[in-house]
Amino acid sequence: MPVDVTPHDDATTAKRKLVVVGNGMAGARTVEEILSRGGSELFDVTMIGDEPYGNYNRIMLSHVLSGEATLDDDDLMLNPMAWYRENGVTLYSGDSAEGIDRFAKTVTCASGRVIDFDVLIIATGSNTFFPNMDGLRESDGRLARGVFGFRTIEDTNGMLQMATSRDDVRAVVIGGGLLGLEAAYGLKTQGVDVDVVHSPGHLMNQQLDERGGKVLRNKIEELGVGVHTGKRTTAVLRNDDGTVSGVGFADGESLPADMIVVTAGIRPNVELARSSGLVIERGIVVDDQMRCEDEGSIYAVGECCQHRSEVYGLVAPLWEQAVVLADVITGANPHAEYHGSRLTTKLKVAGVDVAAMGVKGPEREDDEFVQFYEPRSGIYKSVVVRDDKLIGAMLLGDISKANFLTQAFDEKVPLPEERISMLFDMGTPSAETGAAELADDVQVCNCNGVTKGDIVSCVRSGCTSVSEVCAKTRAGKGCGSCKPLVGDIVEFAAGDALTVDKSADWYVPCIPLTKPELIDAIKRQDLRSVSEVFENLAPDGEDATAKMPLSSLLRVIWGTGWNREPGALFVNDRVHANIQRDGTFSVVPQMKGGVTSPQQLRKIADVAEKYDIPMIKATGGQRLDLLGVKKEDLPKVWDDLGMPSGYAYGKSFRTVKTCVGTDYCRFGLGDSTALGIAIETRYQGLESPAKLKLAVTGCPRNCAEALCKDFGVVAIGDGKWEILVGGAAGAHIRKGDLLATVDSPEEVIRLCGIFIQYYREQAKWLERTYAWVPRIGIEELRAILVDDRDGIVAGLQERIDEAVADYVDPWLDREEPRSPAQFTSALPLLPLPQVPVR
Amino acid sequence: MTSVDAGVPVGSIDDLLPGEGRAYPVDGRQVAVFRMTDGTLRAADAVCPHRGGPIADGQFDLGHVVCPLHQYVFRFSDGGCTADGIGSLGVYRVEDRDGRIVVWP
Repeated sequence: MPVDVTPHDDATTAKRKLVVVGNGMAGARTVEEILSRGGSELFDVTMIGDEPYGNYNRIMLSHVLSGEATLDDDDLMLNPMAWYRENGVTLYSGDSAEGIDRFAKTVTCASGRVIDFDVLIIATGSNTFFPNMDGLRESDGRLARGVFGFRTIEDTNGMLQMATSRDDVRAVVIGGGLLGLEAAYGLKTQGVDVDVVHSPGHLMNQQLDERGGKVLRNKIEELGVGVHTGKRTTAVLRNDDGTVSGVGFADGESLPADMIVVTAGIRPNVELARSSGLVIERGIVVDDQMRCEDEGSIYAVGECCQHRSEVYGLVAPLWEQAVVLADVITGANPHAEYHGSRLTTKLKVAGVDVAAMGVKGPEREDDEFVQFYEPRSGIYKSVVVRDDKLIGAMLLGDISKANFLTQAFDEKVPLPEERISMLFDMGTPSAETGAAELADDVQVCNCNGVTKGDIVSCVRSGCTSVSEVCAKTRAGKGCGSCKPLVGDIVEFAAGDALTVDKSADWYVPCIPLTKPELIDAIKRQDLRSVSEVFENLAPDGEDATAKMPLSSLLRVIWGTGWNREPGALFVNDRVHANIQRDGTFSVVPQMKGGVTSPQQLRKIADVAEKYDIPMIKATGGQRLDLLGVKKEDLPKVWDDLGMPSGYAYGKSFRTVKTCVGTDYCRFGLGDSTALGIAIETRYQGLESPAKLKLAVTGCPRNCAEALCKDFGVVAIGDGKWEILVGGAAGAHIRKGDLLATVDSPEEVIRLCGIFIQYYREQAKWLERTYAWVPRIGIEELRAILVDDRDGIVAGLQERIDEAVADYVDPWLDREEPRSPAQFTSALPLLPLPQVPVR
Repeated sequence: MTSVDAGVPVGSIDDLLPGEGRAYPVDGRQVAVFRMTDGTLRAADAVCPHRGGPIADGQFDLGHVVCPLHQYVFRFSDGGCTADGIGSLGVYRVEDRDGRIVVWP
C-alpha cells in the first residue's frame, strides 16, 4: 500500500483511523467507494460535515426550488443518517474542522473535538463566490438580508421562504451560468418576478458560443424571465431598514429587487488546508493519486482540489476521482491514477435540453465546423472536427444525438464521412439503437456517476426493471435527463427478462392497470362494486388499502349507479363525518360561500347544547365545525340540524371560500360571493382523487386566498375573472397557475366543471392539483381544457353534468342506516369524547 | 349470556354485514370483530397500539386491517404491524355458532 505505515501501527489487526473532512457529494462518495472495496475491514472511518444532515444531492436543489421535489424527498438524501450507522461510519455533523496538525496527525474541530487520523481525506468542496459589491454585507461581515447563494439546503430554504412570503416578490439573479438559470427558473415557478443579470455577453458562456447563448436566451425570456447581458453589478441597493431594494450596475443603471441570488461562480474551499500548511494554488494541489503535495497520508478529492492545473465544478469528475482515491487507499489497485476528466455536459437547464463538450468553435483554419441554427424553433447544433476527430460539440433544444457525440468525443466510434449526419439522423443509427453500441465505460448518469457498465452489471445481478436499477445504481436520480437512455440500456441488457415495472403508474398496487385503463376495464365489464373489481381485475384478490381509491373511482364512473357494499368505504365516507383522534367525529354543515343566517346559527347552537358538543370552531373554509360528536349521535345531529353535509371529510369537492365582493366591499370588482355560492351549489360533494378547495375573490387583494387554491377565481374588473389552478397553502405552498381569463361568471362555472371532471378522470389517487397541474403542465391543460385541442371537452361536459345531476345529500342516510353497524361505537367502553372540552 | 366452552357470545351475526367490523366489550376489554367477504370472522383488539385508534372502524381484507387514524396495517394472522415500532394487536379466536358471534378472549 502506498500510504506510509507509521510505527505506532504495530498490530496488523488494528484498524487504521481514516478521517474525512467534508460530508458532501465527493467525501461521502469516496467513503462509499472505500467501503465497497472492503474498507471497513481496514479503517475506522470518521466523517466531519458542517451541515446538520447526511449527504445530499445538491443537483436536486434546483428541483426543490422549482417545487418539482421537496426537501423530504427520498431522492434528495444520498446517504441518510441511517447509512452512517449501518456502515459503522462515525459522523460528526453540524461541526467543522478548524485545524489540521500534519505532524501530530490530528484534526481539531470548532466544537473543540480533537480527532486522530492515520489517513486524512479533505473534501471540503467549494463555496459560493460573492463578487465585491457595495452593500453586499452587513458591518459584521454577514450577507445582507435577502441576499442568497445557491448551494445548500439552507440557501434553498431561505429563497423558498422569501419567495412565498408574500405576493409580487422581485428577484435579481446575478450570474447567467447553469446555476443562475436554474435559480431563475425555480423562483419563476414560485411566482417570483425574476431578472437574470450576466456580465459576459451571452448566457452560459462557459459552455455555449454566442449563437447558443442567443437561442437559450430566447427560451429563458419565453419563461417570462428578464435577461440582461453585458451588465456588471457593482452594488446591492438597500432600503433604510437594511432590506434589499435592488442592484446597481457599472453603467449607472439599476434594477429593483426584494431578493438577490448570487450565482457568479464558486471558489474551492481551501482555508482549512491553507492554514494547515498544505500547498494551495487555486485549489489544494494533488498528484495523480489525489495525494496532497509533499504529503504521505493526506489526500484531497472533489471541488476543493486542483489536479494538473484543473479545478472542476461539475459533478462527473468527482466520481472518477473518488474511484481512484478508493483504489489507492484500500490497496485494491495501488497503481490507480487519475488523469483528468474530459468534460461533457448534458443537462436540462431551466427546462431546456443542453449538451456541450470540448471547444466551442473552430480555432484553426482547417478545422471543420458544421452548424445548424434555427432560433425560431429554439434549436442549435454545432460540431467541430480536427484531424478526423471530434473536438467540440454543442446541442440545444434537441439533444437526440448527444450519446453518439459523447462517444465520438471520447474517440470510441469513428466519425461518419458525411459530417452533417452527426447532427441529424440521416440513415445513421438512431438514438434508440444507441444503447447497444455504447461502450461500457461511457458515463450515462453524470449527476451520480453511473456508467453503462454499472447499469448492465446491475441488470446481470438480477435487477430487471428500470426502477429497481435506478434505485440500486442511482442512475437518473439527479437531474433526470438521462432517464430515457437508462431505460434503453436496461431494456437492451435485460432482453426478454425485462420486467416492465409499470406498477408506479397503476391506480392501486393490486391491479396492474393505469387509471385510464382501469376506467376502461370497469366500464367495459360493467363492474359496479369494489368486490366485482377485485374479483375480475385483481390477480391476488382483495386488498384493504385499495378499497377507498376503488370506491372513489366507481363513484366517479357510475355516480349513484355504483353498488355500495359495507366495508368498501373509508369510515369517514361511511358515516359522512371526519374521524378525530379519540374516535369521535366532526360535523361540518354546508354553509355555501361562507354565508350563514340567524336561523342556521341558532340551530347550530341548539344542537351543540343538546349533544354536549365540546367545541365549535370556525374552519379555514369559512364554515362552522362541531367537534367531538359521538358516532351514534351523528344521525340525530344531522336530523336536528336539518342542513346538508359540507363534505369536510371526503376526498371530494369541499367548499368555496369567498370574500364579500361587490355587495358590501368598497374595493370589490366582481360579485365573488354570488359566484362562489353558484359554484358550490353546482359541484357540491363531487368525489375527486384528493380534496378540492376552491375560492372566489372579488379583487386582486385576494382576501379569499384564491391564489393558493385548487381552483381559484379572481375578479380583475371590467367583468373579467382570472382562473388559477393547482395552488396550495397547506404542507405544500404553491401559487396557482393561470388557466384562463374569462368574461362571465357562467364561463367560470363551465370551466370549473371541465377542470374538475378532467382531474377526476386523470389524476392519480391522492394526487392534489398542486402536484397534478405541474405534472401535466399548465400550457397542456390550457390546450386541452380551454382550447379543446383534443376535442374532448364535450365529453367532459356531458359526464360532469351527469355527476352533478346525481347529487344526493349523504346526511339523508339518517333516515335509514345502511347497516346495523353503521353508527355503532367502535370504542364501546371508553367515555367519549376524550378531546378537551372548551 | 351463557358461555360456550370458555368462549363468550357477544352478539348476533345479523348485526354484522359481510365487510363490516364492530366492537364489543368482552370481559372488560374491547374486541373488534370483522365479518370477511367470504363469510368467516376475525377478532382483534379494538384499540390501536399506536394512538388508540378505533380498529373496528378500519377497512380490512382477508389478511389485514387498516387503522383509520394513521393507516397502519395489522395482520390478522399474528396481530403484527407491517411497519416497525408500532406494536401489535392481540388477535382472538372467533366463530359463528348458530348465528351467535362467539369470542375466546
